[in-house]
Amino acid sequence: MSNSKPAKGIWKVIGASSLGTLIEWYDFYIFGSLATVIASQFFPKTNPTAALLSTLATFAAGFIVRPFGALVFGRLGDLVGRKYTFLLTLILMGGSTFAIGLVPSYESIGFAAPVIVLLLRLIQGLALGGEYGGAATYVAEHAPHNKRGFFTSWIQTTATLGLFVSLGVILLVRHGLDSDVNKSIEKFNDWGWRIPFLVSILLVGVSIYIRLKMNESPLFAKLKSEGKVSSNPLKESFTHKANLKMVLLALFGATMGQGVVWYTGQFYAQSFMETVCKIDFEQSRTILIWAILFGTPFFVVFGSWSDRIGRKWIMMAGMLAAILFYRPIYKQFLTASDVGTYQAKELVQESPPQVIKETINGTEVTTTVVIKTFADGAAYTEKTVSKNTGDQPTVFHVDKKLDSGTYWKFVWLVFAQVLFVTMVYGPIAAFLVEMFPTRIRYTSMSLPYHIGNGVFGGLTPFVALLLTTINTDDKLIGLSYPIVVSAVCLVIGVLYVSNKVSKDADDHA
Amino acid sequence: MINLLRKWLGWVWMLLGPLSIFYLVKIAAAEIAMHPVIDTKIQWGVFIIVAIPIAIGLVIFGWYAWKGEYDRKTG
Repeated sequence: MSNSKPAKGIWKVIGASSLGTLIEWYDFYIFGSLATVIASQFFPKTNPTAALLSTLATFAAGFIVRPFGALVFGRLGDLVGRKYTFLLTLILMGGSTFAIGLVPSYESIGFAAPVIVLLLRLIQGLALGGEYGGAATYVAEHAPHNKRGFFTSWIQTTATLGLFVSLGVILLVRHGLDSDVNKSIEKFNDWGWRIPFLVSILLVGVSIYIRLKMNESPLFAKLKSEGKVSSNPLKESFTHKANLKMVLLALFGATMGQGVVWYTGQFYAQSFMETVCKIDFEQSRTILIWAILFGTPFFVVFGSWSDRIGRKWIMMAGMLAAILFYRPIYKQFLTASDVGTYQAKELVQESPPQVIKETINGTEVTTTVVIKTFADGAAYTEKTVSKNTGDQPTVFHVDKKLDSGTYWKFVWLVFAQVLFVTMVYGPIAAFLVEMFPTRIRYTSMSLPYHIGNGVFGGLTPFVALLLTTINTDDKLIGLSYPIVVSAVCLVIGVLYVSNKVSKDADDHA
Repeated sequence: MINLLRKWLGWVWMLLGPLSIFYLVKIAAAEIAMHPVIDTKIQWGVFIIVAIPIAIGLVIFGWYAWKGEYDRKTG
């Protein structure tokens, strides 16, 4: 759309596209969020083949199948159109998610269970790879040039909102199956985990109905009517120098940094709170939920702002902020959750010690568990492990519950990271759309996006964990990965990316 | 001046590609030697398979930068 007036029914276009994309993210995340339960149901560690399939489900879906889906569906979207392609990705995603909820456990059908779940997870990854490019392209091709950042930023909210909805649904179901919390969690781990998967079919059904009523993107429809559709989008995208150099610039100067900032701000933050700071399961999740809730409107703020000042500097500022503030933020997490800070608090309750004795590899191990609750609502579980070998007992502090003040401090610390996410992620759909001509846009923008997010972003937890095993003294060493990747991306982005906002999302390349 | 910087940094990107693969393979070999189970092999195998085309992409990006493909008239 080269004119500056919003197309008629633009909100319907945004609504239909965003809802479907949100549902796809929700579908993708519930598998990740329920990984532990799914592993116990389908991938028992006692069976090496099942454990192997579990590894494949974890790594192949995100790292290989997602970029592959970007190529498969990107090509399709540039050949047959955006509307039918992102309708197909939605059907595949919704169908596979629903089916995961129906697969009998390993105990019931044996080896077939993990194989089916693996295949369904791969279909999920494939569908996700095709969805985003279609939705972003579809909205951008309906939007006037002076509001492209604003309108596409609604699509950008969906990844974070999908995470929000998945966390919310899981927490609700986990607590809603019985009036007794412990029984409810037990039921959830037994069969209740299927509900979030099954619910998906209703959401997908509504979204398919809405999307079916939409028209094809006007720019693509025009291209098709003029017979100018690309005959080989993959070849045109990745072998023509003019396009390939923009694909590479999009990846190394924008999506690579955006991916790591996105993963660190949301997934790594939660994982750090839970595994390093040992914050209670529910508090670590509700902290993230609040931060996402407060942060999400900023996707639209920065997307809209990018229409006025350009996309580049907002994204670069987000990366710079991440580089500068990650370590101070995570240092605050460590300091505020240190058990030493609890010493000044008034202890109001100490549970009677629970003693567990077991023999591990011939060594008698005694674990004493005490729950300490303080006057301000803070609490933690103290586990003292002693062995009959004469070694000094080891004391662990887990399941820490933060007092209200510290809790909200954590919310704002995560919010700051979500804010960086909104800076790098809010304008990126408009940025990517404007880099490529209509005839190969779906293909060309999908691949760098999914390599940036799926590969560079998805590697964050693994590289972070690896770094902590190499340097065990520095608990913040895991942050080196997102900081270094963001720094390289920042240099490339600042030097090579143009801040010019393209007036026409049509063929300018 | 900026164009010159863009151009010469092209060499950095061209070197960064093979260097990152070298370190990745080195770390993978060490990790697999430490935990020689199929899970570790698959995990690192996937990382290397995915990283190779990305590293090649970085080399091509560096080459384009060196050839002045990203130069701008106004700097």
